[in-house]
Amino acid sequence: MIAEIGHFSLILALVVALVQAIVPLVGAHRGDGAWMATAAPTALVQLLLIATSFGCLMYAFVTSDFTVMNVAQNSNTLQPMLYKVSSTWGNHEGSMVLWVLILAVFGAMVAAFGGNLPPSLKARVLSVQAMIGVGFLLFILLTSNPFERVVPPPLDGRDLNPLLQDPGLAFHPPMLYIGYVGFSMAFSFAIAALIEGKVDAAWARWVRPWTLVAWSFLTAGISLGAWWAYYELGWGGWWYWDPVENASFMPWLVGTALLHSSIIVEKRDALKTWTILLAILTFSLSLIGTFLVRSGVLTSVHAFATDPERGVFILLLLVIAIGGSLALYAWRAPILKGGGLFAPISREGALVLNNLLLTTAAATVFIGTLYPLFLEAVGGGKVSVGPPFFNATFVPLMIPLIIALGVGPMLGWKRGDLKGALSRLKFAFIATIVITFIAAYISWGRSVFGVLGLSLAGWLATAVILEFASRIGLGRAGSGDVLRRMAGLPRGAWGMTLAHLGFAITVAGASGASLWQDEVIQLLRPGETLSVVDYDFTLRSVDSVKGPNYTAQRATFTVRQNGEVITTLAPERRRYIVQGTETTEAALYTQWYADIYVVIGQSDGNGAWTVRLYFKPLVPWLWAGSLLMVFGGFVSLSDRRLRIGAPSKRLAAPEAKAPTAQPAE
Amino acid sequence: MPRILFLAPLALFAIVAAYLAVGLTRDARILPSALIDKPAPQFDLKALKDGDPGFSTADLKGDVILVNIFASWCVPCRAEHPLLMRLAQDKTIKIYGLNWKDRKKDAIAWLNELGDPYDLIGHDLSGRAGIEWGVYGVPETYLIDRDGRIRYKKVGPMVEETLTNEILPLIQELTQ
Amino acid sequence: MTVRFAPVFFLLGAILMLGAGPAWAVEPDERLADAVLEARARVLSKDIRCLVCQNQSIDDSSASLARDLRLLLRERLVEGDSDEQIFDFLVARYGDFILLKPPMKASTYALWFGPPAIFVLALIALIFFFRRRPAPESAIPAPLDGDERARLAALLDDDPQSTPAPPTRTANHKGERP
Repeated sequence: MIAEIGHFSLILALVVALVQAIVPLVGAHRGDGAWMATAAPTALVQLLLIATSFGCLMYAFVTSDFTVMNVAQNSNTLQPMLYKVSSTWGNHEGSMVLWVLILAVFGAMVAAFGGNLPPSLKARVLSVQAMIGVGFLLFILLTSNPFERVVPPPLDGRDLNPLLQDPGLAFHPPMLYIGYVGFSMAFSFAIAALIEGKVDAAWARWVRPWTLVAWSFLTAGISLGAWWAYYELGWGGWWYWDPVENASFMPWLVGTALLHSSIIVEKRDALKTWTILLAILTFSLSLIGTFLVRSGVLTSVHAFATDPERGVFILLLLVIAIGGSLALYAWRAPILKGGGLFAPISREGALVLNNLLLTTAAATVFIGTLYPLFLEAVGGGKVSVGPPFFNATFVPLMIPLIIALGVGPMLGWKRGDLKGALSRLKFAFIATIVITFIAAYISWGRSVFGVLGLSLAGWLATAVILEFASRIGLGRAGSGDVLRRMAGLPRGAWGMTLAHLGFAITVAGASGASLWQDEVIQLLRPGETLSVVDYDFTLRSVDSVKGPNYTAQRATFTVRQNGEVITTLAPERRRYIVQGTETTEAALYTQWYADIYVVIGQSDGNGAWTVRLYFKPLVPWLWAGSLLMVFGGFVSLSDRRLRIGAPSKRLAAPEAKAPTAQPAE
Repeated sequence: MPRILFLAPLALFAIVAAYLAVGLTRDARILPSALIDKPAPQFDLKALKDGDPGFSTADLKGDVILVNIFASWCVPCRAEHPLLMRLAQDKTIKIYGLNWKDRKKDAIAWLNELGDPYDLIGHDLSGRAGIEWGVYGVPETYLIDRDGRIRYKKVGPMVEETLTNEILPLIQELTQ
Repeated sequence: MTVRFAPVFFLLGAILMLGAGPAWAVEPDERLADAVLEARARVLSKDIRCLVCQNQSIDDSSASLARDLRLLLRERLVEGDSDEQIFDFLVARYGDFILLKPPMKASTYALWFGPPAIFVLALIALIFFFRRRPAPESAIPAPLDGDERARLAALLDDDPQSTPAPPTRTANHKGERP
């Protein structure tokens, strides 16, 4: 019964979405206020219906209702409650319902809080959102019904894929989807702007918060995925340039470019057609990512169970959504003219360079990810494009990006003073040289890339700090004055500083592992001790333990550093009963400068066990840096200027003579 | 900016979409053999059953031969086994087996249970001969022509359709 | 549905079978006594694809075929093969697919030269962008000197309205309304 309610709600949601897609759009075209006004209530009803449906599905999982095929295939009574809940989206069908739920939440937020939007823009934005919703609801209902029953029901379910039974991965998909789907807002705003034929600073302000939300969540989602790979897959790798990873990384790169180019639209009314294109591309890449993961056209370690029939459907959706929006772009974008002037050496110039490098980087990832497919399609045989390719092509693009990122915020708008900026970065040069020498000394002969990465990170971090210091007048004003200035600094500026600093720390973390990682792989008997760097690992015992839905071998290590006990680590090898698959649960101990990482392997049958011990310098910085980037995004989001409702007040204020900020409508 | 430039993104997407469509028609998991139309690789294996003749490259000359890579632990091998039995009963073609990464005892028990369609069986416990053949999953099936060259490779279990549509016509062509 | 896709499941079964082997990435017994050769083996095996795992290197993979290839690689290193010879050996049997770093040849020119070409094109576009819209010196006020600017920035806290628009902007804007 519950499942049928869920199914029926989805069908109703489709009907409502159809109304929401058509009526407000026609209304906006005719200038009919009543028709336009249908957008908001329909968006809210749509959210209600999809939330009901999602709730029903989750209820089926939580209560282990194995008459529902999806539950029977992806859950089990023995699973802990957390994983029963996360099983809801740990499969193709359920994850698509989550996808449309998030889409509906975003739509409803525009409906509820977008009171200051011009009615025609609001109507059009919500109509475009609903069109996306129609496409995906049809997809779910026609090819991936999560509420399908199974007769006769099995006694117990087949269990969630054990690799996904992990707290990190339980929350990874929702974060990622808020990111992916959040970019649909920028997309809808871009389409609405193309229809209206108008892009101005106010438009950029409305778009920016949505982009920031999406970007922050996508950053969090990607980091969470990398973190999971790091501790769950058992060899401490965190990024493999796998197609599925790339599928989430491409929207991130272009979305980051969008975040920066929309600043230029907002402050300088320039680069409008480019920004619109980025908004379309970011969401398009999210859609292409969805396609790649679910159609089976590429091979990947973590793809969904794929089905060509679904692939055809998603491809059709892609062609309509991306093809349609790019056609609209080709038709309408040329009428968006004008823009503020600026010299190549200026804040705008730096942001343009940022855009150029980020989009080129995204194009590089795109080519690398899809090349095997292209080559095979023209009968050119099969190739693999793996990490060595991306390291050789992507990484070099990050070098000028990071160098420029240190200078850019120091430059003035319109025409910057490069010499002045560089002279204020004197200390950053010195710091960079010092860091380079230290890194090269520690890691002599190991990795040029690692040293380069660390010196770039050092450059960026000191440049960011210097820029912040000069903003708050550090060294020029009294301490009270400095504090006052810090308090008065707009949240947007804080956000930028934090995010850029986070990026520097992430770069350092990514470089660290290649610099002086150490590993020992050896057979060890209980009581024996192994040393890695200055740590001594003593294997105390290996015991059999029983979890809720698995059995495991758990090793217990005592870890000493310079003779003193610092921690006890207990890595496990689990065998999940239902699927019979094994997973490794690495045990980690984090210090500020490194992780130590222990994995237990096979027994040799004579009382010894294979153990892998790793010393992973700076890896914790990866997570800290990513977290700081996300935090920076949210701080930026809390900026008064971006607060919903703020733009209209701004525009009404007499002193608001921002370039294009005429009251819209 | 010239208007035509605004069409560029659409044109690029059209190309990408076309490739994606082609991609959907292929199974990304299937790996074509690098050895097609090349001479069969060098290997020399002992027989699975003690006392039988071994299986080596030299055995692949002069006749059209079907080489089947199998293992007792491989579930799909069990699924395709009846087809091999039928081929053997019809005496359509010589069938040589390469028992891959398997214990002798298990493999012999398996053949005793399901029947033995092979004219020769080499035992490749280490999997080294398999690497020479470019094996990456069992079962795999090859057709070798009279000159000892590999003319066909099928990864995964043979089904009725593969047999009638691909393998039997090729056997006919090669034996003529 | 289950019936229709049966062959796929069988194939998947075959692949999973190999994955269920006993090994877990590099095992202690595989390693070479010679530290230099072992280090080389590790580097090489990071560039060789594990064929049954879909997308992992043999260094990371626990599949038994990956283990076999690791052992083979080490044997050949001990026999004195060069990196080149080892890659050639593998490519002859498994095709270019086994290399995680695609070889440079006619079929991969677009792959290797595509990204730099895009970068160069983007740079050219950028140059055109600035050349076509020359920023007249008069339209852009001369920058303040560093100290002035820093003080101004601090005072104004980078407020968007802080930089008055040059007159040309307004004119441009008029023409923009549809």
